[in-house]
Amino acid sequence: MLFYGTELSSRLMLGTAQYPSPEILADAVREARAGVVTVSLRRESIGSRAGQAFWSLIRELRVPVLPNTAGCHTVKEAVTTAHMAREVFETDWIKLEVIGESDTLQPDMFALVEAARILTDDGFKVFPYMTEDLVGAERLLRAGCRVLMPWGAPIGSGRGLNNLFGLRALRAHFPDVPLVVDAGIGLPSHAAQAMELGYDAVLINTAVAQAGDPARMAAAFRLAVEAGLIARAADPMEQRDMAAPSTPVLGRAVLA
Amino acid sequence: MMKGEGDARPRVLVRGAGVAGLTSAVTLAERGADVVLQEIGNREGAGASWMAGGMLASWCEAESAPPEVTRDSLESVDWWAGHVPDVARNGTLVLAPPRDGAEIARFARRTSHFQTVDGAGIGALEPDLEGRFDKGLFFPEEGHLDPRKALGALRDRLVALGGTMSVHAPADGVQGDPWHGARPDWVVDCTGIAAENQLTGLRGVRGEMVLLRCHEVTLSRPVRMLHPRIPVYIVPREDHLFMVGATMVESESLASMTLRSMVELLTAAYVLHPAFGEAEIVETGVGVRPAYPDNVPAVTVHGRTVYVNGMYRHGFLLSPSRARRVGEIVFGGPAA
Repeated sequence: MLFYGTELSSRLMLGTAQYPSPEILADAVREARAGVVTVSLRRESIGSRAGQAFWSLIRELRVPVLPNTAGCHTVKEAVTTAHMAREVFETDWIKLEVIGESDTLQPDMFALVEAARILTDDGFKVFPYMTEDLVGAERLLRAGCRVLMPWGAPIGSGRGLNNLFGLRALRAHFPDVPLVVDAGIGLPSHAAQAMELGYDAVLINTAVAQAGDPARMAAAFRLAVEAGLIARAADPMEQRDMAAPSTPVLGRAVLA
Repeated sequence: MMKGEGDARPRVLVRGAGVAGLTSAVTLAERGADVVLQEIGNREGAGASWMAGGMLASWCEAESAPPEVTRDSLESVDWWAGHVPDVARNGTLVLAPPRDGAEIARFARRTSHFQTVDGAGIGALEPDLEGRFDKGLFFPEEGHLDPRKALGALRDRLVALGGTMSVHAPADGVQGDPWHGARPDWVVDCTGIAAENQLTGLRGVRGEMVLLRCHEVTLSRPVRMLHPRIPVYIVPREDHLFMVGATMVESESLASMTLRSMVELLTAAYVLHPAFGEAEIVETGVGVRPAYPDNVPAVTVHGRTVYVNGMYRHGFLLSPSRARRVGEIVFGGPAA
């Protein structure tokens, strides 16, 4: 699966916020063998180049960087942040977040579509953070997005995949679009589940960064994503209502 | 032994009168060094130390810091109590708003040396918080101090020990001629983020704080308010002052506080007690904490220069142990 023409070295994308230290972040990225790291620009960029020291640490991880517009609430903020990110990280990839509600940090789908159109027209390759809304997804694709990133649950909530039906529907409707579950994953089993549903990648941040041992949790997520990916490729069995014994019982002595 | 030629007392130039510089200077002077402390700013604590919370919270910090931070800071409360007045040893209270109760459980799993307290227990510790919270953690062995007063007391102590401190010093070289033509035997560089270009891996982490005055609330100890997005602490100081801090932003900007940070800090105070709604905002402050990639303060030696840096958010907590290490280097002693 190609993300804007690029094959990722792994299907695990890792966020870089909230780690106890940059050293632990680097350990986690290594253990995760992350295919992409995301970095939030907004808070770090108070003042012109004031976040330079941290950005250098991110670049030194030697993993493709997907900058994001975390914390943006309007189209204008998001577009400005995207331009800043392109300059700082020399990439036209942008994870587009436009938050519409402050308690759930739910994406504002209307602003998201508008910002996605402006940015794709400007040459950006947009990874939109969205709800699992089917119609919204269609609009984002029409706006030029070639990857979709629906939430599993609100950012940092660790609740897993809240709407399995919705996520399945997205997968079924857009079989050829790279789909990434972004946000809400709390446990490796959630990540495995997303991959089993046929998602192409997952993006994790809080679940690793806020674990007691982030590097070990990163390793657990690496294994879970790999397990889910392999399981999907192996064509899992369907659920049945009736028991189907794996060993024949016919002919076995029942009065032993 | 590393001493000046023909002189029993090593001459030491300490650069930077923040918490690392002052604790190092005092420790060295106590061991008999001839200490000259030079500060580039106009007073002690002209950098990040001035904005510190002054919590001596060895056990709480274990929530996110590696074990060595706790281990190396166990001597801290005693050291401060032995060197500056008004060190409170009333412990720390950790609370969370009711809907964030899971944060208390997580904090408890990652720390130790605390007692779980219920609503009545919280009220017994802090009568003004009676009935406002159902569950919390009390860390009885921790302490706190007022950083600005403590730095001033260390300056006075240095002078009483025969050391000198001067301000408006040059960034390099020696101000004046304190040793009558002789060079210092050692330079102890405690200049914080100003040493960024000399020390590999050093970066700045921006912090913002607010100082409130509120006559209707009395607290005896720091309160940490846990929150999934914005953990905040509130440290009581004399004259009904409360320090509310501190944000952690991966930025080296010293620009004024943002509205968002202000809202977050003030909201935490208001959630702790609505009477803070009437508080006077006495001051807002911004500082840049120097930090190494592991966020642990380090003492490093380059030739005849000892660097004490990367204090991060542990300046008051870990300066005593780092200053002791500086003393061992200057006077000879156990290796690191």
